[in-house]
Amino acid sequence: MTIGITDPEKIRTTVYAVIERCGATQDELIPILSEINHKLGYLPAEALDEISHLLKVPKSQVFSVASFYRMLSTKPRGTHVVQFCESAPCHVVGGREVWEELQDQLHLQSGETTRDGCWTLVTTSCLGICGVGPVIMVDEDVYGNVTPAQVKDILARYM
Amino acid sequence: MKPVRSMILVSSDPQSKERGANEVYQCLQEELKSFGLESEVSLSMVGDVGRSDVSPLVIVYPDAVIYGPVQPEDAHSIVEEHLYKGRVVSGLQAPTRELSGRIAWLSARKGTLPAEQRIVLERAGLIDPDDINDYIIHDGYLALGKALTEMTPMEVIKTIDQSGLKGRGGAGFPTGSKWKFVSQVAGPKKYVICNADESEPGTFKDRLILEGDPHSIIEAMTIAAYAVGADEGYIYIRGEYALARRRLVNAIRQANEMGFLGQNIFGTGFNFKIHVHSGAGAYICGEETALIESIEGKRGEPRARPPYPTTNGLWGKPTLVNNVETLANIPPILRSGAAWYRKFGTPSSPGTKVYTILGNVNVTGLIEVPMGITLREVIAIYARGMKNNATFKLAQTGGSSGSIIPASLQDTPMDFDAFNRAGVSLGSGALLICDENTCVVDLARVLLNFFRVESCGKCNPCRIGNQRAYQILSNIAEGTGTLRDLDDLQALSDELYQLSNCGLGQTSGTPIRDILKHFRAEVEAHIRLKVCPTGVCPMNGHRA
Repeated sequence: MTIGITDPEKIRTTVYAVIERCGATQDELIPILSEINHKLGYLPAEALDEISHLLKVPKSQVFSVASFYRMLSTKPRGTHVVQFCESAPCHVVGGREVWEELQDQLHLQSGETTRDGCWTLVTTSCLGICGVGPVIMVDEDVYGNVTPAQVKDILARYM
Repeated sequence: MKPVRSMILVSSDPQSKERGANEVYQCLQEELKSFGLESEVSLSMVGDVGRSDVSPLVIVYPDAVIYGPVQPEDAHSIVEEHLYKGRVVSGLQAPTRELSGRIAWLSARKGTLPAEQRIVLERAGLIDPDDINDYIIHDGYLALGKALTEMTPMEVIKTIDQSGLKGRGGAGFPTGSKWKFVSQVAGPKKYVICNADESEPGTFKDRLILEGDPHSIIEAMTIAAYAVGADEGYIYIRGEYALARRRLVNAIRQANEMGFLGQNIFGTGFNFKIHVHSGAGAYICGEETALIESIEGKRGEPRARPPYPTTNGLWGKPTLVNNVETLANIPPILRSGAAWYRKFGTPSSPGTKVYTILGNVNVTGLIEVPMGITLREVIAIYARGMKNNATFKLAQTGGSSGSIIPASLQDTPMDFDAFNRAGVSLGSGALLICDENTCVVDLARVLLNFFRVESCGKCNPCRIGNQRAYQILSNIAEGTGTLRDLDDLQALSDELYQLSNCGLGQTSGTPIRDILKHFRAEVEAHIRLKVCPTGVCPMNGHRA
């Protein structure tokens, strides 16, 4: 994942490759967006234009879908994305303290990215691992039973 | 599957992995190799085996000895002593009292815990989810064979109807009736959808079924398709469940190869294929019409109903939408009959229910018990009491949209009818158990924040109502609420219920209604005395 891809050729080839694999029909729109999001780290405007063109779906509709789902991002994100589960099961077992510690460590509010493009901090709804709350997710790694004291060590693994 | 002398299972739920299950697996593999036992002893990772406070677990069959928690360095003694020399390593055995479910019966057979009754989780954790043969030798695809070769579609529906099975997604709609509706619509093209978009906070039962026993869902969907006359199915799985998706895709491939899916199944001329469609992170897509919109490649915004999906569903065709847990009940019912199924649970809600136990209790995890168990039993027996001997204050059932149950209602049997009479919703089976240190205002604020974020924004009552309710609750938590706010909250809660388009908005006012009904004094203390009795709320005097 990189921040703000500027190479239009890379975007174009990624979009073409994904659509080639999934098929250019509207019911494949969400799988296509997910895969491009995964490959590029986010959905650049150029990619949405290209998808709209290839699928013959209006740009407005592609954007409305891209901006609807939580796992898709239309804004560039940091190299590492930290997701904090803010749902009730994590909250009542000490989630709030973990959230405060995360904000302190990264000097970020929810939804922000550090200036060096290294970290993005977001809150998320339930991740379905509630038995071991509080839960945080760094990129694709899940951490359960997190205490505020562990936050620093967990983040250090990605530095 | 080739015959082996012994079988080793390593638990591989996220918690076990967190605690080093992968390393344990690798060490066991190396040890087996160094003792030359690879060909006689099979080793596999299995999904969650139940409650796992001593995870990672290593289970050795046929002796059914359970070791836990196992560290990688223990692998040597387990292999040398137990598998090479045949002696149980008693020092490493998991304490019997820390185990539950079929695992516990197998190991101790002493029944120190009231029996769980596993129907939908019968195989989860005991078979290799990636091996269709393992499923088949555990009665897999028997029900499908029976349905296709011995029963007419009407007979299948009648059996499901007689079993009294009710939808396990939350609403509790009778499954047999739903199947009947879809089967009665004439038309050459129908769809069956498995709703695996399990996003209700605190619920992960469907994930465990899909990860531990993916073939049971494929079998159930194929039976459903036969009964209602569909030839194509979708499994809509939430985007976060990567492992479950991988296992499903693999299971579908194997079922196709074996002829349990595809063309001319069991030589009966019946055809059925299944697609797996991943969500991209939206709670609302658990609502069946939003889910259908999402499969069609649109925003997950619920449709106006009627018409219902049973007549106008996916691509406008008649569509049957069932929850994962509901479907997992189908094969056992067809195998053993409706009368057998009715032996479990209560007369109005037969069968079992999978609950997830969470919050301030000693043991969190998941159980499958007959319908009608009480909250007191769950807390005392399965959850082993409150953490730090705190007092039980309230439970929140069924995820965010469920009810808040005060301690005074903890002896109400949990089934659909009794809960309806008590004005409580059973929901998806999540039981969030909170102790005396939980503030109801703070809890309601977190729940409303969830709805505020997850509202799809299509209809005004939900989009604006939840935002407004969240603001008011925030003011109360900051000590700047007024008594009028309580009337406004009550009104908002009623309006959300009456005016919203779909279930999300209709239930989002429930936490407000419940805290005002059961905990009004505590809420008023925030306003009249400017004090949070539990000391949780910030009370900084900010106002939104």
